[in-house]
Order: sequence, then structure tokens, then C-alpha cells
Amino acid sequence: MIGRELREQFPILNQNVNGYPLVYLDSAATSQKPHRVIEAVKKYYEWDNSNVHRGVHTLGSRATDAYEGAREKVARFLHAKSPEEIVFTRGTTTALNLVASSYARAVCKEGDEIVITPMEHHSNLIPWQQAAKATGATLKYIPLQDDGTISLADVEATITDRTKVVSVMYVSNVLGLVNPIKEIGEIAHRHGAVMVVDGAQSSPHMKVDVQDLNCDFYTLSGHKMCGPTGIGALYGKKALLNQMEPIEYGGEMIDFVDLYESTWKDAPWRFEGGTPIIAGAVGLGAAIDFLLEIGMDTIHEHERKLAAYAYDKLSMIDGITIFGPEQDRVGLVTFNLDDIHPHDVATVLDAKGIAIRAGHHCCQPLMRWLEVSATARASFYLYNTEHDIDQLVKALLETKEYFSDAIG
Amino acid sequence: MQLDDLYRRVIMDHYKKPRNRGTFEADAVTIDLNNPTCGDRISLQLKVEDGIVQDARYTGEGCSISMSSASMMTDAVKGMKLEQALEFADRFSAMVKGEDVTFDEYEDIEALSGVCKFPARIKCATLAWNALRKGIEEPK
Repeated sequence: MIGRELREQFPILNQNVNGYPLVYLDSAATSQKPHRVIEAVKKYYEWDNSNVHRGVHTLGSRATDAYEGAREKVARFLHAKSPEEIVFTRGTTTALNLVASSYARAVCKEGDEIVITPMEHHSNLIPWQQAAKATGATLKYIPLQDDGTISLADVEATITDRTKVVSVMYVSNVLGLVNPIKEIGEIAHRHGAVMVVDGAQSSPHMKVDVQDLNCDFYTLSGHKMCGPTGIGALYGKKALLNQMEPIEYGGEMIDFVDLYESTWKDAPWRFEGGTPIIAGAVGLGAAIDFLLEIGMDTIHEHERKLAAYAYDKLSMIDGITIFGPEQDRVGLVTFNLDDIHPHDVATVLDAKGIAIRAGHHCCQPLMRWLEVSATARASFYLYNTEHDIDQLVKALLETKEYFSDAIG
Repeated sequence: MQLDDLYRRVIMDHYKKPRNRGTFEADAVTIDLNNPTCGDRISLQLKVEDGIVQDARYTGEGCSISMSSASMMTDAVKGMKLEQALEFADRFSAMVKGEDVTFDEYEDIEALSGVCKFPARIKCATLAWNALRKGIEEPK
């Protein structure tokens, strides 16, 4: 069951916006939530709510089981070796900052290198800029091919024995392409560097096996994969996590506290100071159950078809520019229409009940590489249909007409 | 929600035929401002003598609302005293928040009043005016 049959499980989709049935094409920014995820969070608060890891009472045990059960679900979802390799975070941004602030700042020194790409989201770019500045390491970029893809020859040429960290997004939130993470990781490992994968846009849409990818760190954001906002995860190989220092200190994360010295719990708990995001984790667990019941391969195939359909239909519009390669797009199409500014396109579409994203998509360096200041993006998820794309195309044609009248 | 409330003909006219677009060769107060949420940017130049805005120019990138607003603003403030220009900027902010104000000095600006019905676009309309305010209040 996918596409139209799923829609009724997403209460928010059943509404009119500005007098038109809502067509939600902004799932790459955040996905909508199925009823059962909303219910799981509600049930947690109405039935199990308590603090974790300390209450002797029954609710405390239930809350702890729910929280640690969610960790097991994330571990299974990513095919991690054990739940102890999963740190709950606020999302991908926090997860990447944790690796940059704790791991990278400890291992990098002057003359070392951190390698990323110009297509990265700001959250996989600024933490490394800052880590490089703090340690004296050099930030290096794997150049992009003309179509936005990465060539392994360039990866080979960029990564050296002085490289300590390589961090690349699995799926681009602008170009929709899948990067050769496993191959990049092999090159990184050959030079003794760790491989960090920004999984914000891959986790919602495709099967991820961190052991097969052999990456050292991998991140996800719950809210992009049918889960609540404010919860995400960092996967890290156990030995690496346990060599990392916490960056937040407080309750829950300690082993022994004395007046002048303290020691930490093992990972992942040493990174979860303070009362954790329990309800969020429970919601994320419910979202993972939901996605796995449908099947990640089914979801991936549905979105691949939708993206291909959208690419075909949109490319027929006179005056459209589509960014990124045609092949194997993961659930999104980024474009500009004539010289109509994407904000203007998005406003006209919104007046017709169609939600898309317009702007730089938190990828200012990539926008500069594409030589545009902003773009429009339609992104799809398991509840979208070809009908949604037909509505988009129709509205874009009307937008062209509206602006040619207005400007003409 | 009526699109024609937002995209009035006079706005599209300023967008298509921008006034005062360019840069001064000689020294002028220059203010660079970004709208970090969407990537719009403006570089505004003011020539101020004896407490009066003698001339204004701008360059930048952005949507029809932000660029037409810059076109109108640079046209309108020419010849204004600095405090008068600040009052103008305040009145503009009030207008895009939905308050009933008029611009008898430069009526084109009233066409941007429709922005108040499009909350996501208020920042586009105010970008150039924020640059003006910055240029007057903290000139470098």
C-alpha cells in the first residue's frame, strides 16, 4: 500500500489550503506524520510518561523500555551491529556537530585535512569549517562534475594520508542524486580517515545498511521520515564512540561524580546528558515500524518513479531549467522557471494549495556553483501521487501565464 | 488569497524597469544586507550631504517583491532629510504589517500594501528598507 491509499493515514493531507486541496511537495524539508506516530507520542504522554534510567517505579521502567526500545528500532533500521552504536540527538545537525566537535577536534591538528564537497547542506559544512579553524586543519573540497556528480578519480585526488575526516551527504537535498558513499569510504579508509555520512535525505527514502556501507558515522533526522521534530540519531562504530569525549555534561551521562573529577558512562549514554527526548524517540520508533511495514524498497521505487515522472513532465515546460542529473533521482526535482524568481513561483503555487520550497535550501555554496541565487524544489514522499505532479505542472503553466501577463 | 493583491501592475513595472539600479563611482554609504532565510541580497548606496539623501542606488538579487521595493524606496527617498527617510521606513514597516497608512509623497509604494496578506513575503518587501535604516542609523 503506497501513494493514494496511504493518504488517509496522514490527517494533515486532508485539508484545503487557500481554497484548494493541499498538494504537499515539501517533504525534503519535513515529512508529514501518519496517525499512528501521532498516537504513539500521545499514548506515551497519556500512559507511560516518566523519566528514564532512574525511576524504580513502574512508569520509570515503562518509559525506559520505550526509549531504549526505540534505540533498538533505529539500530535495526540502519543495520547497526548493536543499539549501543545509536546516539539519540536532536537531528542530523546536532549529530554532525557532535562528530565535528568531539571526534574531529580531538584527532585533527595543524596540517591535517578534512574533506567534504561543495554540495553539502550547511549542517555538513559549517561544523567542519569551524573544526578546521579550531584545529588548524585544512578544509578541502572534492570538486563536482558538470552534472553535479562526484567522480571517484577526484575523490582519489583529494583525499591524502593527511586526511583525518571525510564527510559527504548520501543523497543531495538539491540535486536528488545518490553519492557513491561506499566507494568514497573505501578510499578514505585506505588513507586512515574516518567516513561520515549525512543521511538526512537518504534515511527516509531508501534501505540503509551502515555495515555494508562500512561508514564510521551516519546521521538521520526523524522529522524527515514520518517521525516527530526534535529527534534524530547518530550512528557511530562502537570503538569510535567510546573514544570520544562528551560535549554536554550533566545528569544521565555520568558514571561517577566527585568534587573535582568525574567519569562518564559508555557510549551512547555519555552523549545524552540531561533528560533525553523520550517522546520524540518513541515517535521515531513508531515511524520506523510504519516505514518498515511498507518496506524501504517499495518506498524507494515509488519515489524513483514519481521523480522520473516529474522530471519528464516538468522538462516539457517551455523555459524550465532542471538542476542535477536525470537518472536515479531520489524523490525530488529542483528547478527554475524562466526568469521568474522562485519565491514568486512558490507564492503563486501556494495560492493554488501547492506547497513547494523556494530559496537556497541551506546550500549557499551549491547555489553559487549552479550560478543561481535561489531555486524552486518539489519533493516527494510515500504519500505523493502522479496526480500531485500533474497539479504542479498545471500550476506552473498558469504561473508562467500569470507572470507573462503581469510583466508583459 | 488573491494573487492580484500582491502582484499589482505598478510592482511588476518597477520589477521590469528598475529605477536607480547600479552603483556610484564616487564614495557613498554602502550597505550590504542579506535575507538569510531565502538568499535575497541587496547592496544599497546612499549619497548623503547636509543631512539629506541626495541620491540612492542599489544592486542585488531577489524576487519581484524585494527588487521592486528597492526600486521604489531608492526613488522615494531622494531629497529627503535623514529623519524623514527613517519615518518613511517606519511607515513602510507599519504598512506591510497591515496598518492603514498612506504615502502621498510616493504613491507607488502603496501597491506593496498587499504584502501584509502574504506573511512569508514581508521580509522580501522590507529588505531594502532595512538597508536604508541601517545606512542612516549606523553609517560606516
